[in-house]
Parts: sequence; structure tokens; C-alpha cells
Amino acid sequence: MQLSWDLPVSASGGPIRNYDRLPLSSELAGGPQGFALPDVKELDAFERQVVEMVKPAHGTTTLGFIFQGGVIIAVDSRATMGSYISSQTVKKVIEINPYLLGTMAGGAADCSFWERNLGMQCRLYELNNGKRITVRGASKLLANTMFSYRGMGLSMGTMVAGWDHTGPGLYYVDSDGQRTKGERFSVGSGSLYAYGIMDQGYKWDMPVEEAVELGRRAIYHATFRDCASGGTVSVYHVTEKGWTKISGDDVTELHFKYYPQPESHPAYATPVL
Amino acid sequence: MSARYDRAITVFSPDGHLFQVEYALEAVRKGTLAVGVRGKDTIVLGVEKKAAAKLQDARTVRKIVKIDEHICLAFAGLTADARVLVNRARMEAQSYRLTLDEQVSVDHITKYIAGVQQKYTQSGGVRPFGISTLIVGFDPAGAPQLYQTDPSGIHSAWKATAIGRNSKTIREFLEKNYIETSGKDTVKLAIKALLETVEAGSKSIEVAVMDKEHGLRVWTDEEVDALVKEVEAEKAAAEASKRGGAGQAGAV
Repeated sequence: MQLSWDLPVSASGGPIRNYDRLPLSSELAGGPQGFALPDVKELDAFERQVVEMVKPAHGTTTLGFIFQGGVIIAVDSRATMGSYISSQTVKKVIEINPYLLGTMAGGAADCSFWERNLGMQCRLYELNNGKRITVRGASKLLANTMFSYRGMGLSMGTMVAGWDHTGPGLYYVDSDGQRTKGERFSVGSGSLYAYGIMDQGYKWDMPVEEAVELGRRAIYHATFRDCASGGTVSVYHVTEKGWTKISGDDVTELHFKYYPQPESHPAYATPVL
Repeated sequence: MSARYDRAITVFSPDGHLFQVEYALEAVRKGTLAVGVRGKDTIVLGVEKKAAAKLQDARTVRKIVKIDEHICLAFAGLTADARVLVNRARMEAQSYRLTLDEQVSVDHITKYIAGVQQKYTQSGGVRPFGISTLIVGFDPAGAPQLYQTDPSGIHSAWKATAIGRNSKTIREFLEKNYIETSGKDTVKLAIKALLETVEAGSKSIEVAVMDKEHGLRVWTDEEVDALVKEVEAEKAAAEASKRGGAGQAGAV
């Protein structure tokens, strides 16, 4: 192919203005797998900037744990755009199918789209194989998708929870392609506060009501300390019969229910002496 | 420049036959016999061993192959075609493991193999595979499974079946004599079926047994000979008692 280096040509036919580097094959007209690259000096740094720009804040608290009675999932419902609270009523648990749940943390669109897509894949698996997909398989399918979009700015930190023939299952899957099996997870900006309550109160043998209350209390405390979490606490319980939504409570009401006397609240500050 | 094959070889006849597929089934019928028997907790694959040439290393001529740790396949027909299909099945089993973090189920791999066989009856420039396969394994619940595929791409589950030379005779024998067995009795039933048309002895018979704990195990020549002797002894005893009884009835 004859090229005059004085005027390298881009895929669109116009001249490439950056004379500091040789034209890449994808920029040349008729490149087999070509798409127009950004006209910048440092491609990698630019891509990192783009990813940062696109990545919304992970303002949320979600948690999940396995105990003797199955799986508990608890989430908040606040969405933030910077310091603006855009919604207090976001549904952060995605009901993939009657026995599989997914939580939402990170980009709302990324979470809900890809988890609904996972629901479609799970349904196709059922139809093609004549049996339900396992939690292990479902979480792996989601992780595969996330990995294939790695580096392109997806933002999702989710827990896939459910029940299959091997028993209860809980996996953490995120947009970096990480997939981790575990018994206790909390995801989001308020996760550290939720871990504090959850880890302290967790017992494998606790009865269902106690487990539900633990999840609820952990989210409440996270919404108290974390500004990006709030709204209502939703708690779900998964057993071999599938999932059920146990409760949805406004965190402010929980605040006054748990601590009717202001002095009893852990964050109560004594007046400055 | 890629050459594109757009002329089909397998086409319908005026009366609705796919002759290439039927000819492929003929090729299968010429292949050495393979028998599969499903028991309560055991599955047995028995194959007729072709007489190996004197200088040939018999170990390299295997008719029972592993698809994955928990799934086995035996075939009848063109050995080279089988090699290609088995490689595709092995890749599918590993790809499934990578995509779903789980081992593939017997019926999934059967559907896959049957799907490949069907594709080759509806693609340009290729001929159907000249093999039928017997696929065995255990489902996640621990129940043994036996499936059969053929060149047309159909697949179905069986309690016991045979493919290859004289398979019709063997299948009739199995239909008459099949009962739910477990452990060694399942192997005995498979050997009994094989012995209907195959010469007795480990020189002409190869047996592979699959059970939940030990997975697949190919029996040694000594084990095969021992069980063949047992089966023949039982057969002789049964004949003797039948003859003896008839004799007594005849005596006046």
C-alpha cells in the first residue's frame, strides 16, 4: 500500500493531524476491524479519563448473608447524582426469577439492564436444558458478560443470591469481572457501616426473624452515617421455595423506632462543655 | 480468498429420503458392535474388539473414550469421524465448564453431539458423520443415563441398546431379557448380550463400567475373561436344567 508520510489519511478520509505517530492500521481506509480512534496524544490516559467521567457514584448500601434459614438480602433505596438526591424510592433488588435475586450498586442502568439480561439467559437455559440454572451458573454468566466489557466503563457491584439443588447460594459479581462466592457480603458506599452491624450480630443458627431484623438494622445504620444511602430498607428472604419480600421500612421511622430517646442513639453528641 | 462451498451434498429424494444419511447408517451397520446397558447404579459399555493386526499396538485402538471426568462415549462406524466428533464434544464440555463453572450434563452433551451431526446433514460441501454414538454418565441427582445418537442427528435416552454389526439381534435379545440390575449383574447382562454374536473371551470383548464413586473403569482382560466364564457357566447350567427337565418329562 502506497502512503505518503506527509499527509497520513484516517479511516474517514481526512488527514490525521497528529504527526507524532505513524497511522495505525485501524485508522487506514478499509481497516478490517477498524473503528475511529480518538484524536489524542495519549490514548490510555484518555480512556481512563472517559471511564472516570462515565462512572457514576456507587452511592448505596446493599447486603446479603446466608444463615441456617436461607439467604437474607437487604438494600436501601436512595439514588444520588453528586450531592443531589435524585430519588428515595429506587428498587435496588432485581427479581431475576422466582428463585434468583440480584442487588443493585453502582450504575443503575448497568445493573438493571444486565441483570434483566441475565434473567433472559437463565430462562433460555431452563428451556434448553429442562431444569433450573444453579446460582453458581447464573453468577458465572453475569461475570462473563462483565469481563467481556472490562475497561469500557461499566459500573456494577451486585450480589447474585438464590436457592438451587445444592442449597442456598450467594455470589458477589462486579464490573471488573470479579466473581466471589461467600456467606456474607455488603456492597456500596455504606457497606463499611453495614458490615459493622452485620458482623457483630451474625450467628449461623439465628432464627429467621432475627436474621431479617439484623439485615434491616444494618442497612438503617449505614443510611444514618452514609449520606449517599437512605430512603427505605427492603428485606428479602430466599428459601428453597424461592424468594419473598419481607418488609419495606422508611429509615427515618426506623430511627425513631429504634431510638425513641435521642440520648440512646450511638451518634448522640454530648453538648460541648 | 476463501472458497465458499454452497452446493449441498445431502439433498432430499422425491419420496422424502435423505439418502446420504441412510447410507451413513449403512456405514454404521458395518462397524463393530457396541452395547450399552443402564442399571440402577451402574452403566456398562461393552464393545466388540476388532482383531488387531500382529504388529499393531492394541492400546491405541480405543472404542470407549472419555468426554470429561464424568461422561463416556462409545461409537460404531467410521473411527476417523468418531475422533473428530469426540474432539468437538470434549471442547464443548470444557467450554461449558468455563462459561458456567459447572460440569456439563449428559443430556446437554448428547444434544450438542446430535446437533453437530444434524448440522452436517444440512450444510454445503460436507457429508454426514458415519457414526452412531452411545453416551453414558450420571446426572446431578446420581441417576445413571444412557443416550444414543445417529448420523441423522436424532438422540434419545435408552435403558439398553446396541449399535453396529448385528445390533438388531442384540437389541431383540435385550428387549427380551432386560431387567433392572445393579453392580455386577448389569455387567453380566451386557456381556450376555455381546456373547449373542461375538466370540467369547477378552480378545474380542472390551468392557467399561461406570459407577458413581469410581467413575469410568475399563476392565482388565483377566476380569473380562473371568466374568465371561461365569456367564457361560450359567448359560450351560440353564441349558442343562432345561434339557434335563424335558428328558424327565419324556421318560415314561
